[in-house]
Amino acid sequence: MATELLERPDTAAHQDVQVLVTLTVAGQLCGIPVLAVRDILGEQTITRIPLAPPEIAGSLNLRGRIVTAIDLRRRLRLPAAEAGKARMSVVAEQGGELYALLVDQVSEVLSLDASLFERNPPTLDKIWAGFSTGIFRLDGRLLVVLDVCRLLALSTEE
Amino acid sequence: MASRPVWASKGAFVDDLLSDFLTETNESLAELDVALVTLERTPDDAETLGFIFRLVHTIKGTCGFLGLPRLERVAHAGENVLGRLRDRTLIVTPAIVSQVLACTDAIKAIVNALGTTGAEPAGDDAELIAALNLTASQDAKTVAKGPAPVLEPPPAPIETPPRPTTEALAEPAMASESPAAATPAGQAAVQTTAPAPTQTIRVTVDVLEDLMTLVSELVLTRNQLLQLARNQENSAFTVPLQRLSHITSDLQEGVMKTRMQPIGNAWNKLPRLVRDLSHDMGKKIELTMLGAETELDRQVLELIKDPLTHMVRNSGDHGLETPAERRAAGKPETGTIVLNAYHEGGYIILEISDDGRGLAVDRIRAKALSTGLATEAELAAMTDGQIQRFIFRAGLSTAATISAVSGRGVGMDVVKTNIEKIGGTIDLKSTQGQGTMFTVKIPLTLAIVSALIVEAGKERFAIPQLSVVELVRARRDATKDDRGDTGTSVIERVNDTPVLRLRDRLLPLVSLTELLSLGVEDTAGPAAHVVVAQVGPHMMGIIVDRVFDTEEIVVKPVAPILRHVSMFSGNTILGDGSVIMILDPNGIARASSAGIGSESKMPRVPAPDTRTSAGKTAMLLFRTGENQRMAVPLGLVARLEDIPRERIEMSCGAPVTQYRGKLMPLIAIDGSAGQQAPTQPLLVFADGERTMGLMVDEIVDVIEDRLDIELAGARPGMLGTAVIGGHATDVLDTGYWLMQAWEDWFRGVPRQGSGDSQKHILLVDDSEFFRQLTVPMLGAAGFRVTAVASAADALGLRDAGSIFDAIVSDIEMPGMDGVQFARAVRAGGAWAALPMVAMTAHSDMEHARQGREAGFTDYVAKFEREALIASLRASLAEAVPA
Repeated sequence: MATELLERPDTAAHQDVQVLVTLTVAGQLCGIPVLAVRDILGEQTITRIPLAPPEIAGSLNLRGRIVTAIDLRRRLRLPAAEAGKARMSVVAEQGGELYALLVDQVSEVLSLDASLFERNPPTLDKIWAGFSTGIFRLDGRLLVVLDVCRLLALSTEE
Repeated sequence: MASRPVWASKGAFVDDLLSDFLTETNESLAELDVALVTLERTPDDAETLGFIFRLVHTIKGTCGFLGLPRLERVAHAGENVLGRLRDRTLIVTPAIVSQVLACTDAIKAIVNALGTTGAEPAGDDAELIAALNLTASQDAKTVAKGPAPVLEPPPAPIETPPRPTTEALAEPAMASESPAAATPAGQAAVQTTAPAPTQTIRVTVDVLEDLMTLVSELVLTRNQLLQLARNQENSAFTVPLQRLSHITSDLQEGVMKTRMQPIGNAWNKLPRLVRDLSHDMGKKIELTMLGAETELDRQVLELIKDPLTHMVRNSGDHGLETPAERRAAGKPETGTIVLNAYHEGGYIILEISDDGRGLAVDRIRAKALSTGLATEAELAAMTDGQIQRFIFRAGLSTAATISAVSGRGVGMDVVKTNIEKIGGTIDLKSTQGQGTMFTVKIPLTLAIVSALIVEAGKERFAIPQLSVVELVRARRDATKDDRGDTGTSVIERVNDTPVLRLRDRLLPLVSLTELLSLGVEDTAGPAAHVVVAQVGPHMMGIIVDRVFDTEEIVVKPVAPILRHVSMFSGNTILGDGSVIMILDPNGIARASSAGIGSESKMPRVPAPDTRTSAGKTAMLLFRTGENQRMAVPLGLVARLEDIPRERIEMSCGAPVTQYRGKLMPLIAIDGSAGQQAPTQPLLVFADGERTMGLMVDEIVDVIEDRLDIELAGARPGMLGTAVIGGHATDVLDTGYWLMQAWEDWFRGVPRQGSGDSQKHILLVDDSEFFRQLTVPMLGAAGFRVTAVASAADALGLRDAGSIFDAIVSDIEMPGMDGVQFARAVRAGGAWAALPMVAMTAHSDMEHARQGREAGFTDYVAKFEREALIASLRASLAEAVPA
């Protein structure tokens, strides 16, 4: 199992090169450190969980393991996705539990030079600032690096 | 089913215990070394120190029981030193740690020899013990400065132990036919490691759990494949798939077996318990255990241990009579408790029976009435069996035992709750004078259960089959008159609450769609299904849209972020690969109504102040000789009786009657007993052993009304006059009349309603089981109880400004123990002067002294209810008037 890889802290931001899985949520390009990602999934059957917090889209079966799906749009307080549009998920692990982050689109894996990295601008929206560790300046686009731990820390906040 | 008594000989018993002890001790010793080293590095780590102390203490305690004097002496000396360290009267130094390590080495050596030969090796530990004792008797300062006496390495275990000398151990060695025992002692000693009696390896539970998880997955995958294959005829996969299916089943069975343990493991401690009980109570009790080899999942085993012990204790304590009583009843002097276990379906059935006095239906009925669990009318309609089952109710069980006659009971509700927690059920059968039998049905395993798959609001859910009683087809709408199929019931509504007529009873219903806010009501048309589920003693119907089949499911816990949704007990993956939530009927009952399923833990007690109770009170109306309407709160009346007039006798000039084998004083409100009717109606008030009958002319009615005393009573014995049911009615001052009958009525038992406010007790205990037992017990004795799980929580309450009248605390607790807690309380703050009672499993003098020094007012052994209550009363009595 690949658990050993995951236990490595994903603070690669301080090294020279950071490898990120890029994804899009409501048009915004985001990145998740590749070491935090267990799986990338296409469209899945998701079972709704009644009475669960709104961010929780439901649960899905990943090769026999039950994975809790979190809707990244709702987590970031963005408008809901268009109905019927296929969405993808990025699977991450925390505390031995698997979570799938529902996103609009997962694209390529980028190796980015640390010199392109910047801290969050102080004016960044509070919700985004809470989930982001910083921003990469790409050609013509900005990439927000998401903090998986904080995204998954649903139970601790109320 | 083999039903051979397992208690073949005392030898086998000690043998089993010894091997358990060795296993446990070896584990403890391994942990001990690590902990001691940690302690050396961080001498101030009270938690590690407490942990070490407990380990050594346990070893010492068990030695005493098993009759291992040498080991006990060594462990005791070590414990003395550790005790001083723990009490901070000695400072942790490397020298002391080495000493304690030397002590554990000595223990190890002896334990190893025990494992090899089955007997303690001869040897002299005097030097080690003397050194330890010297350290223990030293002053903190001298030890800190001067080096502790340097020790020789611990005396090595004697190379050739002589033949076992201890009698208790020699016996099993000869009686048992295991290979180890057959090996001559001398030969065994040559080998350095103990030869295993049977080929076994020790595997951590984690490995087994992982295996089980994997097999569960395999089962699910197999189910999925089978479902796919069903849709394809003549597939080339059919035959291999069938084979895979069989192998999977076998594998599942095999892995389940690794988790299985004979139920006898949970019974190990019972013979001793029964023996002690029979000594203490002066009873002759024989314990027969059948089917001890019946196996069940170790997880389940752990969970039923405590309830089981409790039930056996109850049987011996309350169920069985004294030899004299038994002789009088024409039974053999020796009472029997029989434990029987066997498999049935996917369940294990456990029977605990005794041939004692049985449950006194009358007593329970009276108690149920007086505690307000049921009304006279409800009780009248019940069978004896139904009434006996009241002992499972929270309010009754504890209260009933105070009156020792009806017997059985502290915490049967707790037992029931614990059994239901693991999906089991409990029932009882009792015949007065002949005995009682409890039948417990528990699932073999919690890992794989059978579940009914239902659909509501387009979502599918699983309901554990265990709680499903039946399925009823129903229609949602009563107005549509296509009553073609007369067999279909209609869901009716009472003020929007759905109910169903089911065999002449009204079944409360909950709509799953509404409950789970699925928000697509009525999509399934008028047809609906009602899943009738059993939740504790109640039946409840769950309305669903569709019912599919049943499926074997592997219960997986839900993700931590969903734990707060109490409606689900877990989730699982179905054969078709989809994830499905498992409904918890108990959670549904709790969520849909406070009344169903969630029986209050506290016994219902009569309203403390009848003068100004704002809510409605059930009042019993009656008439007396002056043809006056009178009333008394129903909750205060234990029972209503109508006795033949000739049974009223005179004793010392006062009327009495024989009531349930005792003389009961009778009091007439108007002072005369001069009624000519053939029978005399009585209001019976009861408290513990005492009963008193109030003679009235006629019992009129029971009315629920607000009780507002408008005219204060001028007459003694009357609280005043109130308007009840539209008429002026005199309200009886029960206390006055009870005083007339028993002058010391309130002296012994301060109860609510007697005027003084309830004492508020803080209970600190880390065991949930024990908290559940103690809270209602103290509640029934008239105390108000707040329970917390740790000393830290308790101190948190103090800092938050909570006020209590007394504290009851456990001693052995993780984190801050009871002694430290007492010191913290006494050190200052609002609670510094409160009475504190310590509860402990081992109440020896040394402990008691330590406890008192730390600030405990009194010391009580755990499970001694009477002692605890007496101690609390005494402490409070001392504290209050002063």
